[in-house]
Amino acid sequence: MGIFKKFFDKLKYIFKKSELDDDFYDELESLLVSSDMGVETALDIIDELKAVCKQKLIKEVDAASKELKTILISKLNQPKVEFNYPLIITVVGVNGVGKTTSIAKMAKYFLSQKKSVMLAAGDTFRAAATEQLSMWADRLKVKIVKQGEGADSAAVVFDAIASMKAKNTDVLIVDTAGRLHTKTNLMKELEKINNIIKREYPEAQKLNLIVLDASIGQNSIAQIKAFKDSVDIDGIILTKLDGTAKGGVVYPILNDLEVPIVFTGYGEKVDDLSLFDVEEFVDKILM
Amino acid sequence: MALFSSLSERLNHIFSKLTKHGKLTALEIKEAMREIRIALLEADVNYQVAKDFIARVSELAVGEEILKSLTPTQQVIKIVRDELTKLMGEENQKLEVASKPPTIIMMCGLQGSGKTTLSGKLALKLKKEGKKPLLVACDIYRPAAIDQLKVLGKSIQVDVFERGTNNPVKTIKEAIDYANKFALDTLIIDTAGRLQIDEKLMNELKEIKKAINPTEILLVIDAMIGQEAVNVSTAFNDALDVTGVVLTKIDGDTRGGAALSIRQVIGKPIKFVSVGEKMTDLEPFYPDRMASRILGMGDVLTLIDKAQEAVDEQTAREMERKFKENSFDLNDYIQQVNSLKKMGGLKSVLSMMPGLGGKLKQIEDSIDEKVLEKNKAIIQSMTPKERANPDIINGSRRQRIAKGAGVEVSDINQLIRQFNQSKEMMRMLKNPKAYGGKMAMLKKLMGG
Repeated sequence: MGIFKKFFDKLKYIFKKSELDDDFYDELESLLVSSDMGVETALDIIDELKAVCKQKLIKEVDAASKELKTILISKLNQPKVEFNYPLIITVVGVNGVGKTTSIAKMAKYFLSQKKSVMLAAGDTFRAAATEQLSMWADRLKVKIVKQGEGADSAAVVFDAIASMKAKNTDVLIVDTAGRLHTKTNLMKELEKINNIIKREYPEAQKLNLIVLDASIGQNSIAQIKAFKDSVDIDGIILTKLDGTAKGGVVYPILNDLEVPIVFTGYGEKVDDLSLFDVEEFVDKILM
Repeated sequence: MALFSSLSERLNHIFSKLTKHGKLTALEIKEAMREIRIALLEADVNYQVAKDFIARVSELAVGEEILKSLTPTQQVIKIVRDELTKLMGEENQKLEVASKPPTIIMMCGLQGSGKTTLSGKLALKLKKEGKKPLLVACDIYRPAAIDQLKVLGKSIQVDVFERGTNNPVKTIKEAIDYANKFALDTLIIDTAGRLQIDEKLMNELKEIKKAINPTEILLVIDAMIGQEAVNVSTAFNDALDVTGVVLTKIDGDTRGGAALSIRQVIGKPIKFVSVGEKMTDLEPFYPDRMASRILGMGDVLTLIDKAQEAVDEQTAREMERKFKENSFDLNDYIQQVNSLKKMGGLKSVLSMMPGLGGKLKQIEDSIDEKVLEKNKAIIQSMTPKERANPDIINGSRRQRIAKGAGVEVSDINQLIRQFNQSKEMMRMLKNPKAYGGKMAMLKKLMGG
């Protein structure tokens, strides 16, 4: 495909140049900004690289690119999220980022860890959302708790927790309605779901994970901020990294908001979700 | 809906710094250009597009005339505005109609870009324009996608044609027969979302195109998309030679990078923007108006369009007569509140007003749309006689109205005071001479 070739050429162009001149740093800025990390982060990283190269007397592109990778990795140094069972994961995010698919993938992940999994169809707002999640539950052979369209999502969660306790299930994953982060009433609903979980199952570990689409730009920051106003956000599921999008926006997110990346989605198949791997992620940014 | 508000704010800030200088030096312009470039990049404008844009504007802005001009900042703003308009494609482009029906509109795009919802919105818009649309469900991969389209179709009362997970080409051919049989003139085809590098699925789209030859192929793009906009739009355009672009989910703090980059990169027009969650939230895209809005110059033309949609001509004439005779009463007030609501609320209307620029945010924060709703409730608790003649509302009437509307008597006093003030103001506007001093004050107040 043409796109891959283009990237490859660019990579060769940048890192096969022999000296660290202004052109090199210009091209590097273009590469970093194109990953959606934002121009401020990109300029910070370049300043840091310049300082390191000056200090270590690095004059060649090869050595500089190694330093660049080290900087990119160090900037993603984040607290690790541990899973303790019983575990209740509430999945939030704006419309169209891939929430439902990510839920199916997460279910598959926990099944592969030999845990029992249950789903709660808390998106009672979007047309046919419950059907979509039910289809996944059938395919994965996991139990799903649901009510009809327009039902109270907090009630669905309440039922699901009762069922989870009765069956001794390890992991409950709660789907919620996608919402543009500018809609306050839907945000209130999330608060309610959180309160129900806290009240009904205080012993369980409670995680709120936000799904971010790697192809979305700086807006992802605004999305997390808006959700954080209503509920805690404990981690990110970064989806759609299988395209050419790089998801560099997690740099400012980690830096300013300190929300760690938990899972990354590299494909459309149900197995294509894995725990965040910083090397893999940085390699893709440099690609 | 304060579109592109963060970009707008930053640009306004840059220009207001420039204004302070009076005359400009080449260095000051260069510094401003650097800041504009960063503002564009932070708004997700493609790196190369931003770079080229700044190069063009810089070249135009450092000319002798600008530096010597008495209002150099205004000249620079004008150049930026003109270039932004050019970037987005100058004029609004309408949908093509097939010479021999049915017109076929095919949607394509990434997963989650909002194709299915948009298909519904477009169907409703065409229906309102007197067309007879048919929705065709061809997203055979995403679980429950067909159900979603059926639910949408039902809510807007447009037929949905589906053949389950059959081959899309076959389904569309059957849909065309169906449309011909029932005299439906426009097919809207919802296809599965796909990554632009998924060769198998991209080939499927190519095959549909070859077999059906759609009148329009619309690339649906999430307005929040980042630098990826360029890769996505280039790949879809290379494969399908799309006829236009629709930006969805323009809402809240959309940064607008996609709107500014895509036209430049693939040379295809943005035909619509989808602005909210309601089925009626679909607007034609006007580059010139959008450029004005980004620069905080307001968008009076869209405001007029919206007003025309919300208020029919007869009501407007009636209102004008009442203003002239100053017989404007509380019934009219309710009607105004309702029209305002139809136009997207006070904040939306304000965002299109010219001259507010950087002050917009300040004003917006001080507005409470609920006050309008409260006033409406108060007026609805009045008798018809009271509404037509507010002067008769005495103390006991005020108490009764307050109880009925569930508010305090002071709220009613305030409403009536406001109403009298606006009547007074209208009288002044009608006959300025008689109010000499006051009128000058009012003019000053309104910034005139």
